[in-house]
Amino acid sequence: MEKSIFAYQSEPTEYIKSGDSGAIEALIPERFLQRQEPDLPQATEQDVIRHFSRLAGLNYSVDTGFYPLGSCTMKYNPKINEAVADLPGLAGVHPYQDEKSIQGVLELAYGLEQFLLAVSGFQGLTLQPAAGAHGEITGILLIKAYHRLASKKEKRRIILVPDTAHGTNPATAALAGYEVRQVKSDEAGDIDLADLKQNLSPEVAALMLTNPNTLGLFEKNILQVSKMVHEAGALLYGDGANFNALLGLVKPADLGFDVMHFNLHKTFSTPHGGGGPGAGAVGVVEKLIPFLPVPLVKKKGEKFYFDYKVKHSIGKVRSFYGNFLIAVRAYAYFLALGEEGIKKVGRQSILNANYLLRKLKDVYEWPYRRSCMHEFVITPKTGWQVNTLDIAKRIIDYGYHPPTIYFPLIVHEAMMIEPTETETKNTLDEFSAALLSIAQEAQTTPELLKKAPVNSPVGRLDEARAARQLILKYEKAR
Amino acid sequence: MVPAELKYSESHEWVKQEGNTVIIGITDYAQEELGDIVFVEVPKPGRELKQKESFGVAESVKAVSDLFSPVSGKVVAVNEELSKTPELVNKEPYTGGWIIKVELSQAGELSGLMSAEQYEKLIKEGH
Repeated sequence: MEKSIFAYQSEPTEYIKSGDSGAIEALIPERFLQRQEPDLPQATEQDVIRHFSRLAGLNYSVDTGFYPLGSCTMKYNPKINEAVADLPGLAGVHPYQDEKSIQGVLELAYGLEQFLLAVSGFQGLTLQPAAGAHGEITGILLIKAYHRLASKKEKRRIILVPDTAHGTNPATAALAGYEVRQVKSDEAGDIDLADLKQNLSPEVAALMLTNPNTLGLFEKNILQVSKMVHEAGALLYGDGANFNALLGLVKPADLGFDVMHFNLHKTFSTPHGGGGPGAGAVGVVEKLIPFLPVPLVKKKGEKFYFDYKVKHSIGKVRSFYGNFLIAVRAYAYFLALGEEGIKKVGRQSILNANYLLRKLKDVYEWPYRRSCMHEFVITPKTGWQVNTLDIAKRIIDYGYHPPTIYFPLIVHEAMMIEPTETETKNTLDEFSAALLSIAQEAQTTPELLKKAPVNSPVGRLDEARAARQLILKYEKAR
Repeated sequence: MVPAELKYSESHEWVKQEGNTVIIGITDYAQEELGDIVFVEVPKPGRELKQKESFGVAESVKAVSDLFSPVSGKVVAVNEELSKTPELVNKEPYTGGWIIKVELSQAGELSGLMSAEQYEKLIKEGH
């Protein structure tokens, strides 16, 4: 038998061995001692099981129904991913194991990196960041380190974000210590080149851009944008939240992006939201490789190893090697789809979104009248006596999760729909029929929408009260 | 609802002049657009503001929005009630839901703000 753990346990320290709890108390200052029993809820095991089984039944997920949440890519998570991530050799591996004993694990990480590099066109990559926003801050810190090394004189203290950006972009830039400046969108829904030009200066470190943007539109001037940004000495950051639309079609590095985070939990079908954790791998062009977090996974001959010798590394951004089992799921997804399958992802997601858009565009308001990418934005028609919130609530009555609403901020009463490539034509037909029926109700019986939802376990919640009076821990009913 | 005696900014704040100080809040149109407000972040009294500078944040169930000062000057008072009852901004945007009081440093800025009539025209055009 191994000696270490048991040997330690067999020699308890003096005060524990004595069995006298008073001895422990004597070591803790009086003011930290709890003299009363904690006020915990009391319930039988049976009641606890029933409570959580009931909650599980109320839950709505991709596995129970269509989930058209814009900019979230709620695609189906194939169950083979779960089976693979549960293999004992992967699930049971310990981060302190010797490299020699985890060659398969390193090979998997290395292989996933190669896949991600192949679909993005980047030259270097880290799997460490634990989610999308974490990938963003990692990417921006790489940019910061790059500028700092490039010139001591330059003071690049500004990061530009378009007015359609995900809220995490300005938050990331501010957290990294930058001043955030907003760039306007033009009437076609693209970034406004004149406004971009005006905002670019030797003080700008980067532009954070999402392509396709949150209007679901491909930034058609992207090559011009990246040229302008680079000519100003700044770098182009890619928010990979909408990468699904480009998968197999366009490589972000070819568009001029210098760094981009991948949401493995969106684009590569790993669990999502409350079902996380996520993973926010970051890909970079060659000039940013010397700044990547350590360790990197490298291959020498037939051996894989951790490389800690990264010259100007920003250091670790996550303990050990990131949410590794999420990487396993993404790897399984790549292998299951294969090269031909991966090439179809973006195409099919664009086709599905445009199919749905064509069904709805004449009945709802369609503010940016262009073919969309993987998602699109519509709004209620002027004159309807209901708003987007009412429509979203009514969608629940029809058995669907509502789309993203009131985002992007530049569209009044926005409703942002992303069907993803994993939904069938049948599902899209049924969902569009529901939305057309709701549009009819909006004009004939608006009070039905105002009261919605009525077919759900709970009616319309008081969202303001939910935000104003948070109850975050167990409290005895008064 | 656009009271005739107030002045207005393009970012939907209203200004009420009382001698050399002004009271600032957001308009009925703005609160309607934001929806139920759940949190208002106000500046510390004593802070110097420049015209069009962000002085706080209104968070509603829909979105988080910056508040912009229509005038330059020193914050001399903030509406303490809003920390407990932010819904005052929804219920009484022009009275109980006022946000800050500012001592003017550039009184001339007031003449650059919109009249009730001009503001009404602006919101009719849907800005």
